[in-house]
Amino acid sequence: MTLLSLRKLSVTIGPHQILTDLDLDLSPGETLGLVGESGSGKSMAALSVMGLLPDGAKASGEVMLNGQNLLALSEARMCALRGDEIGMIFQEPMTALNPLMTIGDQVAETLMVHRNMPRAKAQQIARARLDRVGLHAPRFPASLYPHELSGGQRQRVAIALAIALRPAILIADEPTTALDVTTQAQILDLLRDLVAEEGMALLLITHDLAVVSGMAHRVAVMKSGRIVEQGPTEPLFRNRRHPYTAALFEASTHQPPKAAAGAQRPLLVAQGATRIYRLPRPTPLAAHPELRAVDDVGFTLHEGESLGLVGESGCGKSTLTRAILGLDALQGGRITLAGRETGPQMPRQDRAMVQVVFQDPYGSFNPRHRVERLVAEPFHLTGRPADWRARVAESLREVGLSPDDRHRFIHEFSGGQRQRIAIARALIIRPALIVLDEAVSALDVRMRAQVLDLLAALRDSHGLAYLFISHDLSVVRNVTSRVLVMQAGRIVEDGPTEQVFTAPAHPYTQRLIAATPQIPPAWMEPEDDR
Amino acid sequence: MRPGLVAGAVLSGLALAAALLSLIWLPYAVSAMAIGQRLQPPSAAHWAGTDHFGRDIAALLMAGARTSLAVALVAVGIGMGLGVPFGLAAAARRGSWLDEVIMRGNDLIFAFPSLVIAILITAVFGPSAVNAIIAIGIFNIPVFARVARAGALSLWTLDYVRAAQVAGKGRARISVEHILPNIANLLIVQGTIQFSLGILAEAGLSYVGLGAQPPTPSWGRMLAEAQTMVTLAPHVALFPGLAIVATVLGLNLLGDGLRDALDPRLRGRVA
Repeated sequence: MTLLSLRKLSVTIGPHQILTDLDLDLSPGETLGLVGESGSGKSMAALSVMGLLPDGAKASGEVMLNGQNLLALSEARMCALRGDEIGMIFQEPMTALNPLMTIGDQVAETLMVHRNMPRAKAQQIARARLDRVGLHAPRFPASLYPHELSGGQRQRVAIALAIALRPAILIADEPTTALDVTTQAQILDLLRDLVAEEGMALLLITHDLAVVSGMAHRVAVMKSGRIVEQGPTEPLFRNRRHPYTAALFEASTHQPPKAAAGAQRPLLVAQGATRIYRLPRPTPLAAHPELRAVDDVGFTLHEGESLGLVGESGCGKSTLTRAILGLDALQGGRITLAGRETGPQMPRQDRAMVQVVFQDPYGSFNPRHRVERLVAEPFHLTGRPADWRARVAESLREVGLSPDDRHRFIHEFSGGQRQRIAIARALIIRPALIVLDEAVSALDVRMRAQVLDLLAALRDSHGLAYLFISHDLSVVRNVTSRVLVMQAGRIVEDGPTEQVFTAPAHPYTQRLIAATPQIPPAWMEPEDDR
Repeated sequence: MRPGLVAGAVLSGLALAAALLSLIWLPYAVSAMAIGQRLQPPSAAHWAGTDHFGRDIAALLMAGARTSLAVALVAVGIGMGLGVPFGLAAAARRGSWLDEVIMRGNDLIFAFPSLVIAILITAVFGPSAVNAIIAIGIFNIPVFARVARAGALSLWTLDYVRAAQVAGKGRARISVEHILPNIANLLIVQGTIQFSLGILAEAGLSYVGLGAQPPTPSWGRMLAEAQTMVTLAPHVALFPGLAIVATVLGLNLLGDGLRDALDPRLRGRVA
């Protein structure tokens, strides 16, 4: 029995064809994974089911739910349907809730709007829904405001909201992309339970093949607004009939060549590094509480080595990074770079030994400067050589861009190209160490594989060392030779990457690794013909 | 097309054109009195009629536009020239004593009613267009300082500013090179709005006799002089009043339109 079926669904915005002839079926109690890279039209497909397409978009074909075509319904009818028959969960739990309403009121609001329910009754059901998503009464009263909850807890509220009326269909658009791995695992468990126990149909939209492999009964792979392949998850993963599926699969398990073990001269050494923030006094006469964001951290990074630093948000990764880059001073211990201490006062020639690539390819560049000026910025540390234009061109060539690109503005480049420009900027003064701060987290899998290959090649040709900071354990596993695990400001585990990942010693590392979604290794092989 | 932006540009353009034209040509000299022709209604010879000295009102309006625009422009210049560096410095040293001193100084200026301080300044230093400029300019400083600081604070959290820090650039250099160009649109919009407020302030000061002194023509003083004759010859008050309203309205529309046109988040959305 199908609940929702899409037939030849096409969407155009002006002259652009966004979706072409989508055919999908969703049955009760089933999870359908919709995977694809950014811009493939995954979210547009969800929005057209919800009737929430942007202004100017035209949809044709059929979206059949309970025998009626949703595309033909009036806006008033769609309003009655949204939330009632179809619930939706969004990516960003920080902005999906109204900050000025209590969580109980937000969940109850849906019930009052759709069912004309008296407030007290709605509150009562809202309480039950919050219990259902794991926010139990004594610890999480309905009178809490969103800012009093963590990201994962907010996503639970968003799910409670979406299931308040027990809709037949739940659409989750990248529901765990903004969350830490352990939180992600909990939210995915909750969604899996809801599908199994309440008989809901779940349309799970994600870019992450590993998440899909553990969640979905069936998978549809989207590319450029078309479904290129769909079918039951395991055979689809094993066989990878369509070349695009195979390419995505290869990219998400891609392993760039690792560094050959070379000279073991220490480059970056941290000893007892401590950074303390003073928090506001809780009461006027109390002492300032202290937050030890980085607490007695010690490690060594050798020349030419790729060192990983993993941990969840708030563990102190960013604070440690700022100290390594010499942007903030430490309150205790020291960090040295080739024997010279880092800090806000470090001289320019010392500072020139380390450069950084940031996560967000859109915020990393001044939009008003041309690429040439952007890439040449670190020359401020060394003095601008006479042949600086040639150096910029060479740097661009090294990262796989055209030297002619130096006259263009940053908005003319895609996310992956921007990360290449960021690498070119870091490379131009030939530093000994590049800090990669979540440098590939915002990229699609195929782009990510290319950038990782590029980093490996540059490491070998220039003898670079990398400090690879990420929350994504699978990427860290593939590219680093040694890894540090950070929790609450402390390094809790430090060892060769393979050893840490196969035999984690610290309970926190064990938890992290267990929570990381993984494509079952057996699925790497094609299915036996039985 | 944005109708507000166009209407604003046309109205402000008219005032500017009148001011520029008055530099090379006027229908009558502004000091040419003809007592026999006093309080004439608008006619072919005098488009906007004549005042109680028989001076041509159209000529006075054109010359008055020059005074109003010049006072407002220089006052905005003072406000931007001092306020923007203060705001950038406060943002670059967020939370430091410098930030506190600058922003509390701004609060201090904001705490006084601007016209009262302007009256104080002109009372101490004597009424003149220059003193009016200084008085209006001082009150523009905290406005621009706050706008610049607010815009700069959000930019200081961006990665390209961190990248510049890693490249060893100091805070002052980053402020000029990376922050200022990216808050320019905010400042332009605030500039047009302060410009219209400057014209209003100049008219207000001249109205109470503390702005431009005779024989320098001024819209505000024309209104003050017309006040006693408003029942006798309403056009004498009507035209300077209309000139002030049209120019201020035009600049406000221009500012609103520019804000929409320069904001990438609103771009492409046609109201």
